[in-house]
Amino acid sequence: MTVSFDVNGRKVTVDPAARTTLADCLRHDVGMTGTHVGCEHGVCGACTVIVNGEAVRSCLMLAVQADGAKITTIEGIGAGEELSPLQLAFKKHHGLQCGFCTPGMLTTLHALLSQEPDADEERIRDVLSGNICRCTGYIPIIEAAMEAREAYRAKAGES
Amino acid sequence: MRTVNTYIGSPVERIEDQRFLTGTGEYVGDMSREGMWHAVFLRSPVGHGRILKIDASAALALEGVRAVLTGDDMGEDVPTIPFRRPNPTIGPFAQPIIGRGKVRYFGEPIAVVLADSQEIAEDALGLIDVEYEQLPAVLDRETCFADKVLLFEAQKSNVTSVFNAQKGSADEAFAKADVVVKDRFYTQRQTATPMETRGLLAEWDEKNRRLRVSGAAKLPFFNRKTMADMMKLPEEAVDYIEVDVGGGFGARGEFYPEDFLCAFAARKFNKPIKWVEDRREHFTAIGHSRECEAQVELALSKDGTILGMRGDLYVNIGAYVRPNGMTPVRNAAQFMTGPYRVPNIDLKAHAFVSNKTPAGTYRGPGRYEGCFFMERLMEMAADALQMDRVALRRKNLLTNTEMPYPLATVLPSDGRAETNCDSGDYRETFDRCLKEFHWDEKAKLDGQQVDGRYHGIAIASFIEGGASGPSEACKLELEADGSVTLYIGSSSIGQGVETVMLQITADALELPMDRLRIYHGSTDLLKEGWGSYGSRATVMGGSAIMMAAEKMLDRFREEAAKRLNVDPSSLTIAEGVARHADGRSVPLAEVASAKIVTEAKYTSWTPTYTYGAGAVHVAVDADTGHVQVLEYLVVDDVGRIINPLTLHGQVMGAAVQGFGSVFSEELAYDDQGTLLVGSLADYLLPLATDYPHIHCISTDNYPTPNHPIGAKGAGEGGIIPIGGVVANAVSSALKSFGVAPNILPLSPNRIWDLVQAAKRKA
Ligand code: FES
Ligand code: FES
Repeated sequence: MTVSFDVNGRKVTVDPAARTTLADCLRHDVGMTGTHVGCEHGVCGACTVIVNGEAVRSCLMLAVQADGAKITTIEGIGAGEELSPLQLAFKKHHGLQCGFCTPGMLTTLHALLSQEPDADEERIRDVLSGNICRCTGYIPIIEAAMEAREAYRAKAGES
Repeated sequence: MRTVNTYIGSPVERIEDQRFLTGTGEYVGDMSREGMWHAVFLRSPVGHGRILKIDASAALALEGVRAVLTGDDMGEDVPTIPFRRPNPTIGPFAQPIIGRGKVRYFGEPIAVVLADSQEIAEDALGLIDVEYEQLPAVLDRETCFADKVLLFEAQKSNVTSVFNAQKGSADEAFAKADVVVKDRFYTQRQTATPMETRGLLAEWDEKNRRLRVSGAAKLPFFNRKTMADMMKLPEEAVDYIEVDVGGGFGARGEFYPEDFLCAFAARKFNKPIKWVEDRREHFTAIGHSRECEAQVELALSKDGTILGMRGDLYVNIGAYVRPNGMTPVRNAAQFMTGPYRVPNIDLKAHAFVSNKTPAGTYRGPGRYEGCFFMERLMEMAADALQMDRVALRRKNLLTNTEMPYPLATVLPSDGRAETNCDSGDYRETFDRCLKEFHWDEKAKLDGQQVDGRYHGIAIASFIEGGASGPSEACKLELEADGSVTLYIGSSSIGQGVETVMLQITADALELPMDRLRIYHGSTDLLKEGWGSYGSRATVMGGSAIMMAAEKMLDRFREEAAKRLNVDPSSLTIAEGVARHADGRSVPLAEVASAKIVTEAKYTSWTPTYTYGAGAVHVAVDADTGHVQVLEYLVVDDVGRIINPLTLHGQVMGAAVQGFGSVFSEELAYDDQGTLLVGSLADYLLPLATDYPHIHCISTDNYPTPNHPIGAKGAGEGGIIPIGGVVANAVSSALKSFGVAPNILPLSPNRIWDLVQAAKRKA
């Protein structure tokens, strides 16, 4: 069945099988492999993408359910090569090592901080407890998120 | 070598971050090829059994299924995987690349389905009809040593080898001892659990008879040789290509059965074959580690001097001996004494097979286990001697004047029977740890009940081995624009190799980092090389870089001298420019036409020993068994810090992994040998909410004298002491009950059980 959705501002039309997950569809049909699959069980959070403003595990959503949706993936968090303040904060605080969990961390945080730019450390930790990182021990990720809030606040102030 | 404003020692942000942050990295699962087939493995659903029949006809009839391979397709004898660290007795226990006739663990591959898509291949799995005769399973030391059930009938026992760690005369030491403490300890089975599962893409070039394997990690050069031998190809006909790797921690990148089977299929059908492991299969297939039982004792004199140690370690290595399956076994024996002065040692480490997934290494192999046993014994000794536990440890820690200090010799030798602690003052990091932790202040809370929970503190010391031999190689190439490209055998497993290697190169060549490029880890870049494991990349790779850079600067000097018509020795080189005293100079770019290429191979079997101490403060709820980590501090001395940012990240990450080891991660089996872990929801990795209060301090006061770079391997320091220190803090918190947490993990129910048992006794 044909499905159309908007990924990072680009409209795509694909023809996935009914059982194809959104994660597989993005990775293999759309060809955007930045979204990672770490478990396919909805546990690790690596596959998180933003669907209509909400962080969603794309391994638990079927591609056909995304018809008409507006989707943001890791590839759409910054402006191409130019890093967003959140990405820059990850770099500065060494919030990534192997980079495998990073797409899910960034999308989860981007969704959170867009909605709640004042989220405190506890809230950030709480929300991130659905994303597993095996490399960093999380502390640098939390530091990066805390620092990036400023930019999200400024953005919220503008709009 | 640049000496001021160096990159070495600076917190340089990582160059690899850009692609990871923008989703443009390339992991093996991201790769695809025109017309490729997808491989999926049928795995044994029984722990121990005989295969009576495999009928794949229904699977083959499914549209899109191209082939099904079983052991019968492998020729007369199913090949076995060679060892990386051979010893005299393990030969018969090598892993066959596919189960035929008999299966020995839940998850052992018995067939490969090849299909047009992964989905179709997975559908086909369910259509293969296999009949098994289930056999009784060997799961633990008791069933193993009963020798009623043998995994390998042709062998007389389930024990594959016994390593003996010896020094002085332990029996004499015990005869003289004033105090002996002994007990039984156990560390549970675990696995490294990188967030990216394994996978590979095998491509066969029929015309040139070449094999290309993408998805390499850890040991690309060794694995290439293994693959070439097994495929009966010349080594040059095989390439191992490293793409981005989502974590290794010791488990990824060893030679596994799937590696061979994908390559075999690629050649047989002349098709690109892609395999990406799913998470459930990952738990059954990748190397497990850490399952070790110890019965050990420590002898001391009245004043707290350690006189000797002896006992037995029993390591459950699973169904087969894998390429590095003996590493944790021999390590546990050699490194159990850790940073302490133990003059007399007699430890036997018994490796035995069982119907569980074959084991390999996981971060700090054998050292984490050994440190737990040793630190528990030290705590018990302090109690028995009624001596302050800090004073007892301090008294027995090695100091600078004793270096190099020989550890126990381990036989049979796997090439590294003897080893020496290289440099450092182990008391110094211990004291620093006490101070930064505010030990004396926190000690007031020790054993006290505050708001319903019992507080406890503890401190433990450790050594961490690094710089595994034998060698590393690299090549530097001067490009037309005066930039330099580094090719190096060291591989990246997510630890930041690119940045660290370029920092070293930039200082060695005295060039800015942005004039450098790096290619690493793939066998098509260099004639020889090695890889990254055992905390070796920085020391071995970095030393090779320093050698190649020196050669390049010499060549630069020669070429510049020719152009200026002066003697090369009259030139000084700094920041990419060769200068003569008369004011004339030649920049590097100007000699690019000379096509300068220099190579170096750094060879050494001398390991380094990073060392340090960890202290922890916990609060234990005796009613629920829950332990909260209020603070963990680790201090280590790494010889020389190359990048404090990435180093800190490594130590911190290791610490959090360690808390998973102590509290929650366990690969449990039922009594038939069925693995009870099927997803990340059953195998509880630490989460962002679990351990927020961790601090790491790294120093570089004692460079290793054994390698020109001075740096020691690092990255395991956070994890090694954690079992011992946490167990001791829990026992200290609960001292009013008198519990002995000698079995890991310290799950809430285990602690609750200990408390209940202690209450019943009282
Ligand atoms: S892959 Fe979706 S949550 Fe793990
Ligand atoms: S950076 Fe490796 S899993 Fe998070």
